[in-house]
Amino acid sequence: MAAPAASRPAHRDEHRLLRIALIAVAGAFLVLFLFFPLVAVFVKAFEKGAAAYVAAIVDPIARSAIELTLLVAFVVVPVNVVFGIAAAWAIAKFDFPGRGLLITVIDAPFAVSPVVSGMVFVLVFGAHGLIGPWLIAHDIKVVFAVPGIILATLFVTSPFVARELIPLMETQGNEEEEAALTLGSSGWKTFFLISLPKMRWGLLYGVVLCNARAMGEFGAVSVVSGHIQGLTNTIPLHVEILYNEYQFSAAFAVASLLSLLALVTLFLKAAITRRSRPRGGGW
Amino acid sequence: MTSADRRVLPGFRPAITLTVAYVSLLICIPLATLVLKSASLGPAAFWSAVTSPRALSAYRLSIVTALAGASINAVFGSIVAWVLVRYEFPGKRIVDALVDLPFALPTAVAGIALTSLYSENGWIGSLFAAHGVKIAYTPLGIVVALTFIGLPFVVRTVQPVLEDLEPEIEDAAAVLGAARMATLARVVLPGVVPALATGFALAFARGLGEYGSVVFIAGNMPMVSEITPLLIMIKLEQYDYAGATAIALVFLIVSFTMLLAVNALARKSAARLRMR
Repeated sequence: MAAPAASRPAHRDEHRLLRIALIAVAGAFLVLFLFFPLVAVFVKAFEKGAAAYVAAIVDPIARSAIELTLLVAFVVVPVNVVFGIAAAWAIAKFDFPGRGLLITVIDAPFAVSPVVSGMVFVLVFGAHGLIGPWLIAHDIKVVFAVPGIILATLFVTSPFVARELIPLMETQGNEEEEAALTLGSSGWKTFFLISLPKMRWGLLYGVVLCNARAMGEFGAVSVVSGHIQGLTNTIPLHVEILYNEYQFSAAFAVASLLSLLALVTLFLKAAITRRSRPRGGGW
Repeated sequence: MTSADRRVLPGFRPAITLTVAYVSLLICIPLATLVLKSASLGPAAFWSAVTSPRALSAYRLSIVTALAGASINAVFGSIVAWVLVRYEFPGKRIVDALVDLPFALPTAVAGIALTSLYSENGWIGSLFAAHGVKIAYTPLGIVVALTFIGLPFVVRTVQPVLEDLEPEIEDAAAVLGAARMATLARVVLPGVVPALATGFALAFARGLGEYGSVVFIAGNMPMVSEITPLLIMIKLEQYDYAGATAIALVFLIVSFTMLLAVNALARKSAARLRMR
């Protein structure tokens, strides 16, 4: 950590004017690119008054979008938590051939454009896809339906928990677990009573990030959704439709829900970081 | 610890089985399908899809705007990181937390918010419009969106390096007679460069693939303001799966090259940090 400004020796201080200039430049940049967009969402959302705001949110189509988004997050986050813990357990606690490759594969969804992330599922499950004809024969809908949205969201959010837990488990080591096992504790008991509490902050951090992305994902979901109002529209897709129909206030009203989610995410993230300072890869 | 006594812990087999099965089904098979589909196109069809004038102009636009956004972030992100690490000011914790907003805010929300700000009658866009500069619905708008999206990458990679920088080195430079600016340029900056490069590469890679925040602000005119992910999307909507697949494969290869480059850079800068 840097020493507090007051106790810093004079020669390590920039000229006062330079310091003020740097703070001003940084401030202006952040106001222009971060603060204004955030404020704009809420200002535009309430442009037509509180009644219009509430109407946009309790609208049945908006409500079904909210329900679908909650459902997707409700499925996706637990699945990726289990995957993240299993992946981190294998990678951080054991050495095996192909470990580096596995880490790269786990990271891969971060490097893939959201649009491509969605389209690969169309290529597998779509009508002309790998197993599309079989799915049609058995009357199973994946793409342009809820399962496709869940798959695409699973894909884009799969690295979050694993990426947070791998460095954490590596730095924490195994002494406590080994002690418990030596004293006769079973494997699962050791996991639930020792390992899980040890990783709880990192896990929570990963869950918060995973959830934010699961609820907010746009590009990948947009490809596989089919945009059927009331059926396969998540909140971000509903925002897009409202916006493209020039219902700007309604679009921003629904968008303000996602902005609130983002603010809660940032708050939790900062709170968890203060508690434990995980030094993972971040996002 | 050697791998032998690591095996004291149980659970390797179920953990690795679950992990490999999951990434195979969810990540490897879908991505492999993309490669397979492109291969089935045949070289001539593949080449003509990948090198059509519209595709070439989309690549160029994606690369130029992503480079511009990452460059803006390299400059201003470094300044933000410096100010956050070295100076005290009221509200610092809130500002620090707010830097992650582009990670937390869904891209569609960012897209419509930036569009409303930078369009001709928006708060910021109107100031520029008065001087005849259009931002929204031009490539400049894309740069604005990609600057927003890439902002946290540079700040969050440079910030920890600045925190770990040993002040003694700066003291030594000062004692040896270096002016403060010279110390910053010749002592602090070189220490930060690897992290800065990593942050730049991450912001660039993210900008290349970004879709949600860009489509609202870009104007989306073919050959002018149509980014590559949007072109893929349009081809999908027209059921031109062959064309979409070919372009997506090119894009996937670029993305993975970037990922490997970033990992190499990160390893290099980590090694440098350990050396000190």
